[in-house]
Amino acid sequence: MAAITASISKGCFVFKPSIKKKKRTLDAEDYFINGSDDCENGKQRFLLCQELWEDMKSETESVQDDLNKKVLDSLLEFARKSTSSFMSREEDWASHMRASEIPVAALVLGVNLTDHNMTFQSLSDRLQNSVTPFVVSVQAKECAAVKYLLQKVLQRLTGVSVDKDEEETSTDLPPNSAHCSLRSLCDWYKTVCKNSSGSSPGEKRSSSEMEFSANPPIIVIFRDLEAFSPRVLHAFILICSQYTQQLPLLFIFGIATSLSTVQRMLAHSVTSLLCIKLFQFSSCTKHLATVIDKLVLTPKFPFKPSGKVLQVLVGLFLYHDFSVHNFIKGLQLSLLEHFHDQPLSVLCCKKQEAVVRAQQLNHQEVENIRQLPSFMRFVEQQEPQEQVELLTSDEHVKEVCQKLLKGLHRYHKNFFPILRCLHVLTSSLPKYPLGKQIRELHVTCLEKDVWETEDYESAMQLLKILAKDELLTVLQNCVETLKSGKTKELRDALKHLQDLKDRLQQLDAFTDPSALGGHVEGRENECFSENGLQKKTDLFQLQKTLLQMKECRKTKKRSPFELLRNETIEYIDSLVKMHLTRPESQPLYEVCYCTSSGTLRHHLNATPRTSIQTALAHPYYYLQNEALRSETGAISSAAPDICIVYKLHLECGRLINLYDWLEAYCMVVTAADGEDSDPSEKGKFDEIRRACFIRAVSELEFLGFIKSTKQKTDHVARLTWGGC
Amino acid sequence: MVACDSEIMSPQKRSKDAGVLEVRFVGDAEVLDHIVDKQEGVKVSKDMVQKLVTDLPDPGEKAGDEEDQDVFDEQDYVEALGTGAGAAGAENGSASIAGAAVFTFQSIKRSNKMAQMASAWARTPGKSVTFSTPDDEVTSPPRASKRQDSQNKTPQKGKKVQFVSTTPHRLRKRLSAPNLKSDSDSDLSPSNSEEDDEEEDGAKEKPVSVEATPKTPSKSAAAALYKTPSKKTKKVPEPDLVEEYFEAHSSSKVLTSDRTLQRLQIPRLDQETLCKLLDDCPSRYSEEIAQLNKDHEKHFSKWMLQLQLGFSVLLYGLGSKRPLLERFRTSMLSDSVHMVINGFFPSMTLKSILNSVTGEVLEHGGHFRTPMDQMDFIVEAMRRDPDFHVYLIIHNIDGPMLRSEKTQQTLGQLASIPNMHLLASIDHINAPLVWDQPTMSLFNWIWYETTTYLPYFQETSYENSLLVQQSGALALSSLTHVLRSLTPNARGIFRLLAEFQLENKDNPTYTGLSFQDFYQRCREAFLVNSDITLRTQLTEFRDHKLIRTKKGADGVEYLLIPVDAGTLTDFLEKEEAE
Repeated sequence: MAAITASISKGCFVFKPSIKKKKRTLDAEDYFINGSDDCENGKQRFLLCQELWEDMKSETESVQDDLNKKVLDSLLEFARKSTSSFMSREEDWASHMRASEIPVAALVLGVNLTDHNMTFQSLSDRLQNSVTPFVVSVQAKECAAVKYLLQKVLQRLTGVSVDKDEEETSTDLPPNSAHCSLRSLCDWYKTVCKNSSGSSPGEKRSSSEMEFSANPPIIVIFRDLEAFSPRVLHAFILICSQYTQQLPLLFIFGIATSLSTVQRMLAHSVTSLLCIKLFQFSSCTKHLATVIDKLVLTPKFPFKPSGKVLQVLVGLFLYHDFSVHNFIKGLQLSLLEHFHDQPLSVLCCKKQEAVVRAQQLNHQEVENIRQLPSFMRFVEQQEPQEQVELLTSDEHVKEVCQKLLKGLHRYHKNFFPILRCLHVLTSSLPKYPLGKQIRELHVTCLEKDVWETEDYESAMQLLKILAKDELLTVLQNCVETLKSGKTKELRDALKHLQDLKDRLQQLDAFTDPSALGGHVEGRENECFSENGLQKKTDLFQLQKTLLQMKECRKTKKRSPFELLRNETIEYIDSLVKMHLTRPESQPLYEVCYCTSSGTLRHHLNATPRTSIQTALAHPYYYLQNEALRSETGAISSAAPDICIVYKLHLECGRLINLYDWLEAYCMVVTAADGEDSDPSEKGKFDEIRRACFIRAVSELEFLGFIKSTKQKTDHVARLTWGGC
Repeated sequence: MVACDSEIMSPQKRSKDAGVLEVRFVGDAEVLDHIVDKQEGVKVSKDMVQKLVTDLPDPGEKAGDEEDQDVFDEQDYVEALGTGAGAAGAENGSASIAGAAVFTFQSIKRSNKMAQMASAWARTPGKSVTFSTPDDEVTSPPRASKRQDSQNKTPQKGKKVQFVSTTPHRLRKRLSAPNLKSDSDSDLSPSNSEEDDEEEDGAKEKPVSVEATPKTPSKSAAAALYKTPSKKTKKVPEPDLVEEYFEAHSSSKVLTSDRTLQRLQIPRLDQETLCKLLDDCPSRYSEEIAQLNKDHEKHFSKWMLQLQLGFSVLLYGLGSKRPLLERFRTSMLSDSVHMVINGFFPSMTLKSILNSVTGEVLEHGGHFRTPMDQMDFIVEAMRRDPDFHVYLIIHNIDGPMLRSEKTQQTLGQLASIPNMHLLASIDHINAPLVWDQPTMSLFNWIWYETTTYLPYFQETSYENSLLVQQSGALALSSLTHVLRSLTPNARGIFRLLAEFQLENKDNPTYTGLSFQDFYQRCREAFLVNSDITLRTQLTEFRDHKLIRTKKGADGVEYLLIPVDAGTLTDFLEKEEAE
């Protein structure tokens, strides 16, 4: 078999299936079903998975669009305006002067290069739809010299025209001609414009094209400005500036770092030819926050990543690539893993569907449910009679299961609004005890019961000393977030909070005429709390204040405001305790939560070198043979050859003497093999040992641990340090 | 790149741990304990282990919670990585090697340490057969056991004795150099090799006697004498990292023994016998290895699924992944168009890959001016027929010929075509450095650890190992073949050059025959009549790679036949015979 793909004269081998035995090729669905352990509901799961993913994908796309809508709109506006100024150039002198400059839109996009493709794609789509058909996008790697840059621009522009209407092919240039110049572009542009203005609208022009002005601008997008060679840009801009009168050119620079790159790359004489307008895109962290908000922090999608999975994905984002694209990809992978590995994920869908499906579960699936840890915990909490029922009757389990699924959905519906509420309350506190971003709070809530953490306690204490106006604003925000809630619990909570807020507001009106003593005390206390807040940067001070407050509370009578504030905070606390329990406490949570963070990490952020070195240093991890078992740090001399050779080479310095190495290896291996008494066999064994050694050494070279060197005869150089 | 990043980051993380977050270390150990327990206890399948461990509380996080509140970022960072470490451990226990162990500074190595270790190791062999060392003669145990080896072996093992005996010099030298800071020993270096020779001679004179006597007391005594200080140095408490670092980097001189492979009495093996020997040699642990591979095979459908969904699958881990991928190919891909690319193939080029795609897969006859045009064509053709799926299998996408940025970029573009699916393997430890962030996102990798422990048979077959005798058979036959098609005059010219080169074969400074000299000689032999004729002839030689020209320091062209002397002699003899 291997011989087919091994040759000393060829490295590529193409295989084509013979046509006659061509049967239906399997698609992803079949592989999904084949791969998962039990194939009964594989199809359903796959369809669910696909459906869910499509939904999520369209959601992310809309997020992407919405996020930069404003900037893109203003960019389009800018493009349009520059065209109009081009048209009116004959009229007055000022615009004439301005027209000699090339308008440039500088887009500061951030360092996550991988996400730029999406942005540019949507940008050029929008431009082509509403401003001009002539949009060219160039990348630095295609444009090593001005010649190529010009060629690319011309080719793509004229290519556009060919696609649009066939009759213009005669006028355009030969695409690969050496005389690609802006002059020919001018000629081409004139013909195109004349044709388009001359042609009657009844012809095969699309309606969108009708909206274009008579002289649509030619837009050149430089995707990665930093990567372009300054010389090329210099020359290109200088050439283009000579044609500003004939061609309405517009450049768009994609900048990853900051605008100062333009100044750094281009000389003043060149930048003075440009009229740069800056467009700042939203940062990738904001993008991520929105994506998480729309995909994870919502009951809309039944699939939920667990806290660990989120941590892995966010960690990859923050510490590796800043790429939202990769984050979404990770989410997709976790979705796939979940549906692939968890047979009960068939219930991970919309509430009504899930209930229907729960009714249709077969015996095996019911068994699976019984084996879920969360379900077992649930059973244990029931009455003995009920327990027996649950363990014996499938029908009963199905019924309970439906109830539980409904409960799970309700839990999610309550969970997220309350989570947002809590975030609104705590995100403005000094030092952010529960995290600045809602995702941090979310992860905490997923991992454990949040009210048991110290952070939560300190946050609550801080809330209890909020001034009235602050309390009112955060309450107002809470009320706003809860308004979207649909469940009964949330509506109750909303009503209650509204009520509390009203009472707080009315407090002023009431306190003034009411008991004067209380009023004075209230004042005092308020001053006190304000004092505390002024020093809010100092934790020590804060604690002191809190202690004093406690004393105050003991000694003094509380003001109505204080009472009301405490009531409010306690109510919120009770809400949190009721709704923000961690998902593990919910029976059947395994259906919705993807917990395979380890697999995910391995697939997305692998550590190949660690794996290789583990295999070399501790073969027992992979080969479960007792002979290889040994204490940490040492390996048995019966280990595979390459492990022995590797281990020996660790003892060497920068250069390794091959002879010594061979001797040492032979010694170890001989000891391991034991001594053969038959001396006639000796020579043969030696040769085999030598051969094994040679193979192991060349394998180490192949892996990149050593390389041959000419520094000393029969020596190899070591390339790595460390290892155990 | 991502992967590498994480690995590179690890030491930082570690050092941070050392400084601020000491709690983490405990956590790590805890995790390890858990994993080891579970693995020993249950170790049925990896998946199972993983499930068991995921329920464990995450120690990294606990540590994070105990942290000071105001180091949010740091806490986050460590937490994130902590999860990773825990998870990694859960997967296969590779937590035992952390980044800190993999990426360290260069440390000082004694030249004889390898031998010491080997002998120590040999004394405690694997359980299979216990190799008992007679303790009565052991003054310095490692040495003694080694002696034992040598006695039990064929005469060529007599060498070992001498190998042993030279060690003390080295040892003494190495010991004195850093510790005593005296230069007194440094002049030993030249004398050292002489002594070596002496001893070698001695060993050669009476290898039998060495073998006959159970031990050579003086030598073992000497060994014991020098052994002690070495032990002492070992006991010296570890100096701190900084000192160690500078000590290790203080001299660029490399101290290794001067022994060469010439000392082996058995001639070097050639490639053919090597292969034969390795074929005969039974592989150990074949059962476990087979089990390991079977585990990997379970993923086949999952790979197919992920390929279909637009991901690319990347395999890494020790051992050749070729057989695994071949099995995948034959079992899953027999019904679809697929292509196998041997990235380790020494003359693999991007062009040949693209040509195979356009020429054989897409059956396009035309030629392309640039790879970029070709790429555009492929993208267009694949877009036109979305139901036409092509699978690419690249063995060693990190192969030496595929490492350039441009190649990887193009491969990434291939992989990003929706109906082109890519499976690849990497082996080099620094392979992930080939990709930058944008390229990575083009590939859209899903990494799979597939440690197979299979020998890299095909992959290393193109390498020239130092230890393997390069047989000149191929070179010789190509020489004769080319020469046979030439005119007698041309053959004469070549023979002239060959003879001159053989005359000078002992001259180490020989750089070749200068063109002028050559011309003179050829004229004298009535082989050419003008230097233009000669030049034409030489061009032909050069085209066939028979000769190499090199500009000397004085600007004169020197001609050289890039074949070793033995082959050349053979060639001339053959010519004579004809």
